[in-house]
Amino acid sequence: MASANATSPAGPSRFWDRLNISTKRVIWAWAFLALPILFYTGIRFYPTFQAFWLSLTNWDLLRPAQFIGFANYEKMFADPMFWKVFQNTFLYLIIGTPVSLVISFVIAYYLDRVRFMHGFIRALYFLPFLTTAAAMGWVWRWFYQPVPIGVINGFLASIGIAQQPFLRSVDQALISILIPAIWAGLGFQIIIFMAGLRAIPNTFYEAARIDGLGDGAILRKITIPLLKPTTVFLVVFSSIGFLRIFDQVYNMTTNDPGGPLNSTKPLVLMIYQTAFSSYQMGYAAAQTVVLFTILLIVSLLQLYVLREKK
Amino acid sequence: MFTKAKMAGLAAGVSLLALGSAQAVEIEYWQYVFDSRVQAMDKLIENFEAANPDITVKHTTFPYADYQTRVVAAKVAGQGPDVVQLFYGWTDQFVNGGLIKPLDPAVFPHEEIEADFFPIVSAMKRGDDYYGLPTAVRSLALFYNKALFEEAGVEPPDTLDELLAAAEATTKRDGGGNITTAGITLDMAGQDHHWWREDLVRQFGGAPYDADGNVAYDDEAGAAALKFYTDLQTEHNVGLVGFMDEGQAAFRAGMAAMTIDGTFRLGAFANNPFEWGVVELPANADGLRSNYSSYFANAIGATAEGEELEAAQKFLAYISSPEAMEIWLETVGELPARRDVALTETNLADPILGPFLKGLEYAHTTQFYDEAAQRQTAIDMVNRVLLEGQSIEDSLAQAAQAEQAIIDAGRQ
Repeated sequence: MASANATSPAGPSRFWDRLNISTKRVIWAWAFLALPILFYTGIRFYPTFQAFWLSLTNWDLLRPAQFIGFANYEKMFADPMFWKVFQNTFLYLIIGTPVSLVISFVIAYYLDRVRFMHGFIRALYFLPFLTTAAAMGWVWRWFYQPVPIGVINGFLASIGIAQQPFLRSVDQALISILIPAIWAGLGFQIIIFMAGLRAIPNTFYEAARIDGLGDGAILRKITIPLLKPTTVFLVVFSSIGFLRIFDQVYNMTTNDPGGPLNSTKPLVLMIYQTAFSSYQMGYAAAQTVVLFTILLIVSLLQLYVLREKK
Repeated sequence: MFTKAKMAGLAAGVSLLALGSAQAVEIEYWQYVFDSRVQAMDKLIENFEAANPDITVKHTTFPYADYQTRVVAAKVAGQGPDVVQLFYGWTDQFVNGGLIKPLDPAVFPHEEIEADFFPIVSAMKRGDDYYGLPTAVRSLALFYNKALFEEAGVEPPDTLDELLAAAEATTKRDGGGNITTAGITLDMAGQDHHWWREDLVRQFGGAPYDADGNVAYDDEAGAAALKFYTDLQTEHNVGLVGFMDEGQAAFRAGMAAMTIDGTFRLGAFANNPFEWGVVELPANADGLRSNYSSYFANAIGATAEGEELEAAQKFLAYISSPEAMEIWLETVGELPARRDVALTETNLADPILGPFLKGLEYAHTTQFYDEAAQRQTAIDMVNRVLLEGQSIEDSLAQAAQAEQAIIDAGRQ
């Protein structure tokens, strides 16, 4: 075997030697890139396009898929639950993104000035980001319990305020789930904001101070405008995160997923239930296409609104 | 060297072929992971293989949450199990999906099935065919915390009125009127939807479904049953939906005096740090009792053919035999599916098993089309009354409509 190996590559190796160094580099680069490209085409892009096709079928895993036109979409748009879920999804986005960005900016802005135990405080903020969403969901779920075990209600009861239903209320449940979700993402956003703040050259601030600008004006005229690339990134990133929210909702409402009365159900959970508990793969694919479209539109819109004006 | 390798490969192939023809037939058995069930099945397989040395059984398990998906996916891939465990409520999905095949009446005579098993086995029948047989069955009963009952000075209830009285006596509240120990757990996501559907609706003079299997509870009886249930929280304040998260958790923590649960909970409650007892589900004022029984059946996979089919039939016959049921009762604690194995004097006199066994005699088995979705309609029905203040009648009508839609979709 060994001898056969030694003689056979002689032909190709002469061809390889004739190439100049830059061509070789390009070939090497493509050789390395080929693997991820193949991977993405096979694992990501192909199934994505397949999902568009599936959304036009009635595939239920068991019987072969049949083309049924836009019946899945008609069913979806006529389903009041879908609109409820649609509304929930946007509530997660519309409340979650601005609130989390404002809080993380404020924390980052002031943390940036703190020298005392700076690293420790930063680590404290970052810690929730490292925690598994499932574990956190369960802990918060117990926080929200009624007395005698719920910490929050225990506190409310001890100062004489009526206990709150939290997760057992159609009005409070969504916010109750959003709070730990925002808290969990805070650490990451703070770190990115702080990196953005550090990247602003000190000379700008010095110049502003010499010109006699106050802290508020510096914040408005220098810090916030120069943080724009960071903000754009975080807005897009966190919007996508809130539009795809699932772990927190599912873990905090496992007994009645997305409940009570669908008041916390996001689109992703609806897709999950349609696909893996009702096995309506075609219908679930149609919902996925809607989610994909929403994500695409929201991302493009944000990039357009927050684009660099030249 | 090359030829040597070739020779070796050839030799290996030949010997493998020879081995294959001489080897016994292997069949595959699938169930979901649950410690005691896996142990019991391992023991049954051991006994079966000892009696049938030419058959080996490969025991494969999956987490419960993935179980159905795995069975379906395996069928799509064309390599399903030969004998498969399924919840009776999945039968329609499994039959329609071509995952299981009917039992051959020559091997499993209908008269024998109907004579030996509890009548609830009929839930495995579609048309003229039986599609599976259970090893064990489950029923519901009322668990009560002896310490809390003693403290309140009440006896375990026998009727719904006594249930209410006992719940009121055992409920503890703080200064703000918040429940700190519940009289009874309210958890529609647990077993309460079965209690409501098959027991309370009947006890208030109605029927959950008509003879054709359509929803029939949208009437005065259904409303009275729903009112009885929601009143436990709104009127009497003896229980709270979501108290301690889950009913079984509240009972286990000693924070609820009563809970309605099934035989499958016995193992989990065994280590409770207090004494507890079991009584039959309470009767109504006229003494009418009902219960809900369910089971996991074993069926033969659609892909089993030839000698594998024969082996699968032998195995299914064994795991549905009286001997297997006794082993299952001992290891898992679930009730035997054959009358004569279940209703022995020892079992009936057992303070824990007795109430469950008595419940089996008058139990009903709901014909589910999509159990999770139908349960959701019951959860939502109660939530609309408790959280949105919808009237009992409107919520009931909405639930009936939603459940009927699921039934209609399931029949297509």
